[in-house]
Amino acid sequence: MTTPLLSVSDLCVGFGRDPSKNEIVKGVSFDLAAGETLAIVGESGSGKSVTALSINRLVDFGGGRIIGGSIDFKRRDGSILDLAQAGEPVLEKIRGSEIGMIFQEPMTSLNPVLTIGTQIEESFRLHRGLTGRQATAAARDALDRVRIPDAARRLKYCPNQLSGGMLQRVMIATALACNPRLLIADEPTTALDVTVQAQIMALLGELKHETGMAMIFITHDIGLVAGIADKIMVMQAGEAVEQGQLDQVLDRPQHSYTRHLLSAVPHFESGRAARADFRREKAKPPALTVDGLTVRFKVSGGLLGRSPGSVHAVENVGFDLMPGETLAIVGESGSGKSTTARAILGLVRPTRGRFSAHGLTERAGSVADATDPATQMVFQNPYASLNPRLRIDSILAEPVIAAGGRITTETREKMKALLKRVGLPEDSLERYPHQFSGGQRQRLCIARALMLNPSVVVLDEAVSALDVSVQAKVLELLVDLQKEYGLAYLFVSHDMAVVERIAHRIAVLYAGQIVEIGDAASVLSNPQHSYTKRLISAVPSIDRRNQHFELDTRQVPSLVRPPGFEPPEPQWRDFGPDHRARAEA
Amino acid sequence: MSMLRAIFSHASGRIGGTIVVVYIIIALLGMFDITPHNPLQQFRIDRLHAPNATYWMGTDLFGRDVASRLMKGIGQSFLVGFCAVALATTAGTVLGLTAAWFGRAWDGLVMRVMDVLLAFPAILLALLIIAAAGPGTWTSVAAIAIVYTPIFTRVVRGPALSIKSREFVDAARTFGSSRRYILTRHLLLNLVAPLTVQVTLALAWSLLTEAGLSFLGLGTQPPASSLGLMLADSRNLMETAPWLLIFPALAIMISILGFNLLGDALRDILDPKTRSRPA
Amino acid sequence: MSYLTRRLLTFPLVMLGVSILVFVTIRMVPGDAITAMLGTEAGLLTPAQRDALAGYFGIDQPILVQYWRWLAGVFQGDLGISVTYGRPVLGVILERFPLTLQLALMSMCVALLVGLPAGVFAATRNEKMSDLGVRIFAMIGQSTPNFVVGLLIIYALSAGFGILPVMGEFTPFFEDPLRNLGQMILPAITLGFAFAASVTRISRSAMLDVLSDDYVRTARSKGASKRSVIWRHALPNALIPVVTLSGVEFGYLLGGAVLVEQIYALPGLGRLVLDAILQRDYALVQGCVLFIAFNFMVVNLLVDLAYAALDPRIRLGEGG
Repeated sequence: MTTPLLSVSDLCVGFGRDPSKNEIVKGVSFDLAAGETLAIVGESGSGKSVTALSINRLVDFGGGRIIGGSIDFKRRDGSILDLAQAGEPVLEKIRGSEIGMIFQEPMTSLNPVLTIGTQIEESFRLHRGLTGRQATAAARDALDRVRIPDAARRLKYCPNQLSGGMLQRVMIATALACNPRLLIADEPTTALDVTVQAQIMALLGELKHETGMAMIFITHDIGLVAGIADKIMVMQAGEAVEQGQLDQVLDRPQHSYTRHLLSAVPHFESGRAARADFRREKAKPPALTVDGLTVRFKVSGGLLGRSPGSVHAVENVGFDLMPGETLAIVGESGSGKSTTARAILGLVRPTRGRFSAHGLTERAGSVADATDPATQMVFQNPYASLNPRLRIDSILAEPVIAAGGRITTETREKMKALLKRVGLPEDSLERYPHQFSGGQRQRLCIARALMLNPSVVVLDEAVSALDVSVQAKVLELLVDLQKEYGLAYLFVSHDMAVVERIAHRIAVLYAGQIVEIGDAASVLSNPQHSYTKRLISAVPSIDRRNQHFELDTRQVPSLVRPPGFEPPEPQWRDFGPDHRARAEA
Repeated sequence: MSMLRAIFSHASGRIGGTIVVVYIIIALLGMFDITPHNPLQQFRIDRLHAPNATYWMGTDLFGRDVASRLMKGIGQSFLVGFCAVALATTAGTVLGLTAAWFGRAWDGLVMRVMDVLLAFPAILLALLIIAAAGPGTWTSVAAIAIVYTPIFTRVVRGPALSIKSREFVDAARTFGSSRRYILTRHLLLNLVAPLTVQVTLALAWSLLTEAGLSFLGLGTQPPASSLGLMLADSRNLMETAPWLLIFPALAIMISILGFNLLGDALRDILDPKTRSRPA
Repeated sequence: MSYLTRRLLTFPLVMLGVSILVFVTIRMVPGDAITAMLGTEAGLLTPAQRDALAGYFGIDQPILVQYWRWLAGVFQGDLGISVTYGRPVLGVILERFPLTLQLALMSMCVALLVGLPAGVFAATRNEKMSDLGVRIFAMIGQSTPNFVVGLLIIYALSAGFGILPVMGEFTPFFEDPLRNLGQMILPAITLGFAFAASVTRISRSAMLDVLSDDYVRTARSKGASKRSVIWRHALPNALIPVVTLSGVEFGYLLGGAVLVEQIYALPGLGRLVLDAILQRDYALVQGCVLFIAFNFMVVNLLVDLAYAALDPRIRLGEGG
């Protein structure tokens, strides 16, 4: 039997002044053979990143200390080294040349003051002794390898001139510069859009194939690793609760936490999991109608003040939303989905467009800042949407005060009832936001939005910042509340798996325009517009094992248009009773 | 209460806090003339007497008790410092908050005026104002307040702008909360922490500026006593009577040190950014 | 619009504000200008002589006309005539400026040579003691007013070693460099003390911030050595706040160090302004203040240029 490339046994890592008292990783063991990919799956605080950072001992710089166990690594020359005991000079030789690493945030993981060329060349300089023109040539080849077009020119760019997806490619190029035998990828696609994520995953898959390197892939999304991993290790609270071959863990999970991750957490099922508990009745007036909503931002001009045009953030968006119905607006960053939500609530001034709620109050775009208690909003970031200096009772009272009401015993009773309804204890009223977890805060935000008995709630990425298992619970609560109060939801999200669980209808937004809209099951199972197809095929899923992603380097189109530009009237094509898509040229 | 406990469990907070409390007591005693001797009384036979049991810090050229004059001087410096900082904080908060909230032309106007004020070295601007209004205690207060207003304006405007774009302010706007409610409960309440830190540090600077102005003879006027004046008087006597230099110098240094240490501690305690950062 | 263009555009605006502020402040001085200029001798003037003088200085005109005339003069390099020196104000200022410039440069050298290494050292050493030592030095440095430092240095030298600082007639650097440096070294150390303390503090905290940034972790993951991480990756990013602070402090020092010049009897810009204020030489005060503010703004512009050199995000504009 050959020795594995990496053999971790009984690894314990602690933090702080007394590391043994504050253990984050508690006795993790695993083996990794050359060319194999191990996925470490867990939620925040599970110790998955700390485990990864311990392998190349970067954990030392974050205040962590390995307090037990061994990390036996087979070096290129065949000797075995225990990385847990190795000294810093040896580690510096191994990092970058034998173990490469890529990180979660490509935007902050590259040095902002150095050109990307310099940063890639550094690897060659450190481990290959290349200098000058040789190093530059090597760096250009490295960029070619990660399929960055026009590599020679891009070498002179600084990180702020490239998009997140491009930067993650640069990171991969840097990490793979010296052909390491092991690549550690710490949530490398979490900060990226789903289509970009698919491209990066495809690239990693191809490079793994080309170089025969082993990979440790850390993620919170068990669906994502189905496409790339050979083995899976599931971590919870610092312990590896289950590990095994991919199919074995996904199909026959042994540990209850793994089963929980697989069942309770939203996974994309191509429309099969879409809700079927609502039927549209044409006779009823809609809870919200949006017609021809357009938002444009003027691009500020140069010295002479002549504006080169406007950003057409949202262009001619229209839909109606029935009481008790969820319409999901999906799209990637820059698609205009959040701007649409904000324009409806009057946080952004629309250039054009009409809204009417309940078919009663009709208002044109210009009066959008008149607020309407019938429409409320829940925001993405639960840590920023509650004023940290106010007590929960003041926070819940704010909409009432704003609407001109007084705080009576009746209001307090209502607060208590709502808190109970969203699953929080009654004594929460006397507490401050920092005493609650992210999921609890989002429940508080929901309670606050319900204080004025709205008919429409706009949820802007309302579960995106939450851990996956918390997400599932908040989604459940939202569905229950919808049925109980007959609420209409406008659910803005980038996450197709989440959308599938809550939406009755879906509108796909691309470059500020709706390209496809209709019944959720129909749109997800049978997408018609090319962008929708691309988007849906990019969504990772546990059903899509060892799938080959198409490598695609298409750029997102610019939204800046010259002054006075009006887009042509859209042509729609019907694909069923409630499903239509924009005709493409 | 929890604030006090936090300050005293912080190393530099404990030292700084103690210094500041002791100084405030001394300043109050000095202001109400509760001193070992009458600070103006001239003990002619004991001129330039070295420190002893009667004159704890010796006497000056006119035979006045240095310790009593020091207490009186600290009272004077603190009076000027606290009044000036109170004025600067109020003006800076109002200007910074409104500049951040209304933006556009008002923001531009306020910030350009602040740029103009910041284009002068602090002591020079103070000198200029005193030149126009004539030296004196209240002129010093006004001069120091004007000098430090731009700093408070900036300290308030920056965080106010970032709080303005936080989601809880967006939420408040969707409820239709009144402008007054948003400005006071959402913005101002969240600015208390950075302001507290700044006020503490500004007290240190204003003591420094006050001492400088008095040293030049443009602040507190004799025969009233102030730390800067005492230092100016010591210049030609420092070799024969070093206590005239050492005690006021230490008094100034330690008081500023106290506020600086306390300000640092408050920053550590109140600023969640530095607190959450791993060591 | 790029950051630098915006800065260039606000420059004249702020200078205009400075000139108005100075002009108005001076006009607020109680008493009439002739009395202020001539002091007690004004009492000996006949009304006709007063009117003639008022006409000569243009102060019989409405204030807007006066301001306009003064401003027009300023643009031609004419800052008016100093009553005390009986010479053009600009000449008097330019005579004093070399000393102030030299003092500011020397203090900045002291500050950067001491402060930057100390700050980096404190941030990168893991032992607590050296960090604590540096922080105590910085704390004391920041809490001691310049003139107190100066007085204590003079006292320590005279009491301890019987040395007195070189006072008396000031010698320009190019006449006798040794004697000049002998005169300037103590003032430079005095001014550099607090300055060095600030540089230490800010470079320590900037370094600590930067060292926990993601890209530093990336550099380590590439196998960069500790030295390379500190000097190549972290320091260029940590320098930005240090440059800001040094620029502002240097700009203020160019306005003259009133107190320290007073203590060491140096004829710099600071003393010039102080004397002008004490002697009510208002043309000189106006000229000096305008000159000082102008210098400060120029230094700030240079700092912005230095930013652009250090940080491509500013050079290229956010998002490129």
